[in-house]
Amino acid sequence: MAKITFDGIEVEVPDGTTILNAARQIGGSIVPPAMCYYTPLKGSGGKCRACLVKVSAGSAKDPRPMPKLVASCITTVQDGMVVENTINQQVMDVRKGIVEMLLINHPLDCPVCDQAGECSLQDFAFEHGVSTTRYEEERRTFEKIDIGPLIQLHMTRCILCYRCVYTADQLTPERVHGVLGRGDASEIGTYIENIIDNEFSGNVIDVCPVGALTDKTFRFKQRVWFTKPVDAHRDCTTDKCNGRVTLWYKGKDVLRVTARKDAYGEVKEWICNTCRFDKKETSDWVLEGPAHISRASVIAQNHYELPVVNPQVIQDLPESTTRELERNPPLRLGGLNN
Amino acid sequence: MGRKLLTEHINVEGINTFEVYRKHGGYRSVEKALKTMTPDEVVEEVKKSGLRGRGGAGFPTGMKWSFLAKPEGVPRYLVCNADESEPGTFKDRQLMSKLPHLLIEGMITGSYALGARTSYIYIRGELLYVLRILEKAIAEAYAAGFLGENILGSGYSLDLHVHPGAGAYICGEETALLESLEGKRGNPRNKPPFPAVQGLYARPTVVNNVETIAAVVPIINEGGDEYAKLGVGKSTGTKLISACGHLNKPGIYEIELGVPVEEFIYSDEYCGGIWKGRDLKAVVAGGSSVPILPKELILKTAAGENRLMTYESLSDGGFVTGTMLGSGGFIAMDETTCIVKNTWNFSRFYHHESCGQCSPCREGTGWMEKVLHRLEHGHGSMHDIDLLVSVAKQIEGNTICPLGEAAAWPVAAAVRHFRHEFEWHVTHPKEATAPGAAYRGPAVLA
Repeated sequence: MAKITFDGIEVEVPDGTTILNAARQIGGSIVPPAMCYYTPLKGSGGKCRACLVKVSAGSAKDPRPMPKLVASCITTVQDGMVVENTINQQVMDVRKGIVEMLLINHPLDCPVCDQAGECSLQDFAFEHGVSTTRYEEERRTFEKIDIGPLIQLHMTRCILCYRCVYTADQLTPERVHGVLGRGDASEIGTYIENIIDNEFSGNVIDVCPVGALTDKTFRFKQRVWFTKPVDAHRDCTTDKCNGRVTLWYKGKDVLRVTARKDAYGEVKEWICNTCRFDKKETSDWVLEGPAHISRASVIAQNHYELPVVNPQVIQDLPESTTRELERNPPLRLGGLNN
Repeated sequence: MGRKLLTEHINVEGINTFEVYRKHGGYRSVEKALKTMTPDEVVEEVKKSGLRGRGGAGFPTGMKWSFLAKPEGVPRYLVCNADESEPGTFKDRQLMSKLPHLLIEGMITGSYALGARTSYIYIRGELLYVLRILEKAIAEAYAAGFLGENILGSGYSLDLHVHPGAGAYICGEETALLESLEGKRGNPRNKPPFPAVQGLYARPTVVNNVETIAAVVPIINEGGDEYAKLGVGKSTGTKLISACGHLNKPGIYEIELGVPVEEFIYSDEYCGGIWKGRDLKAVVAGGSSVPILPKELILKTAAGENRLMTYESLSDGGFVTGTMLGSGGFIAMDETTCIVKNTWNFSRFYHHESCGQCSPCREGTGWMEKVLHRLEHGHGSMHDIDLLVSVAKQIEGNTICPLGEAAAWPVAAAVRHFRHEFEWHVTHPKEATAPGAAYRGPAVLA
């Protein structure tokens, strides 16, 4: 076990834990943002530099400060380490710079982007960025690549976190997509426009922190904050998929299906494409109750738990009543208090 | 002229063949090391020599070698970084194409010292003809029994491979080089773990520059103490300097570290002064990544002492008034040079060569290039100059590998010392964009 001090708060974590995960044990607003690190994906992290922190004492044995800011997602803790995040002005200034860098070539097309509302970049920019830009040049754009009927790739929005590359690498036996090109011309691609055809390919949508990979079957259907998440499961026959998902309702309709995510937007269990794209009827699922959104994000502002109405109940109601309930949700219905 | 340890026989006819090289005392260090020394003694000798990495960072080689992890039953590797692509640096290319056996000899001795049974030379993809020269030389060394099984009956075996890159500057960064050598995309790795613990194929690895490995040969032949007698202070031995730009005699010079910069530029023994009788304006002393210095600061330090060609003297004054010896790519610019244009040109290079892995470098290098393009073409404004400094600061120190710094330093230094020239581009766009225009006013010295 190693004891570290993070922003003045002491926490004890097992050896080999990263600084970021130690901070997550404390939780709250002191946790550094992470745009590329993703716990379930081996090798991820270190790229976006959003989580840089100051190590003001390396360890109890060697209390010298580390000369540069370190990426908290890949630096492991040492006993006696002292880390400064929100209390360090240099860290805050650098983070502001990182937001700026990530945004200069981002199209800022949030009004038409399906990710808006649950976008990590949006949250990151909202918390750490400034409201104006110093960038006057034309933004970088990419040729569109069609990667099949299920997933929409919108490369111009990509921040090159490499999460989807690791997902494709680690979840599927045949890797069909990766990073092509170099520098700010690097892009996620499938080389010679191969179509992604794999039972778990849909997970790249969930891991994408921005709107670069979105669900084609959900495209332009609804703003996410108008949909209501409900946890559900089904007896999935796909190998390695246990069918535990979140359904996103608008009225009676299941508009999309995603994996369940934790407070940091990380997928708890991967789901297969059958669950994600083919099962969009309430009758396909056993409903568990409203999904709790513990993430501080635009979608969390909506307080889902209150207005969520058991969709099974809705099915039995006349449509006029449903609409009225949607407009004015006064009560919780039927056994959803868990 | 000082002693030449590496290039003494460089102009001998046929020195690239095993026979001639051997006749001129080649492979003595291998015989000496393998027959009379233990690997640790070789490392000790390199430590005593005070040899510092010749690739740019100047880290003591002996120390780097002694950091190599040596777990039982796990192979170790020596990798030679021959991916020389820093603008202004062209010493390794010449060394390898003229004296391929010198590098091979150094590789054998070095591998023996580190206990490596397989070693690699990772060569820049553009240098295909050098690759062929090396491959031929390696075949000769195998035939002569200096490579392969049981070298010289000592029981030590070594296989040496040459591997070409595909033309990416970033693969000169040691961990990107290892990724590329493993057949992956050349993205730098996050550190720690350092290559000394987990390098090539996750095994302990030492990555050294061509010139560093070549320098092991005279160190073993003459002894570390003898080598350390050359040079000044902690800058021992000789260094290859590839001098280019507006000089009367550009080229590659092997100098004893400690030669005054003024002597190096103006004496007939070395570069012979600035061409066409013009005045010197600025110097980039160690390859395009190091801070540019105006004439006044490259010849004398801020304290008024003579600037010497050593690691310490060139970095005297930090980045406020100093620079770095770097890889020895010495670029001299005469008074007709436009610093803004030159900075834009460097910046364009780094923009093109950023691997795109981490956000400050990927986005920032492109941003700086665009702002500099604007300034150079007379469309800039005063606040663009401060913007450049600010963006450079946002990149520096916040990236995975040193390419971020390499891109930020030249820009920051150019604005630091030549701010008047940038401002002139803003206030006098017509004059500044005229063909061959260059600002002739004074530089900022402190």
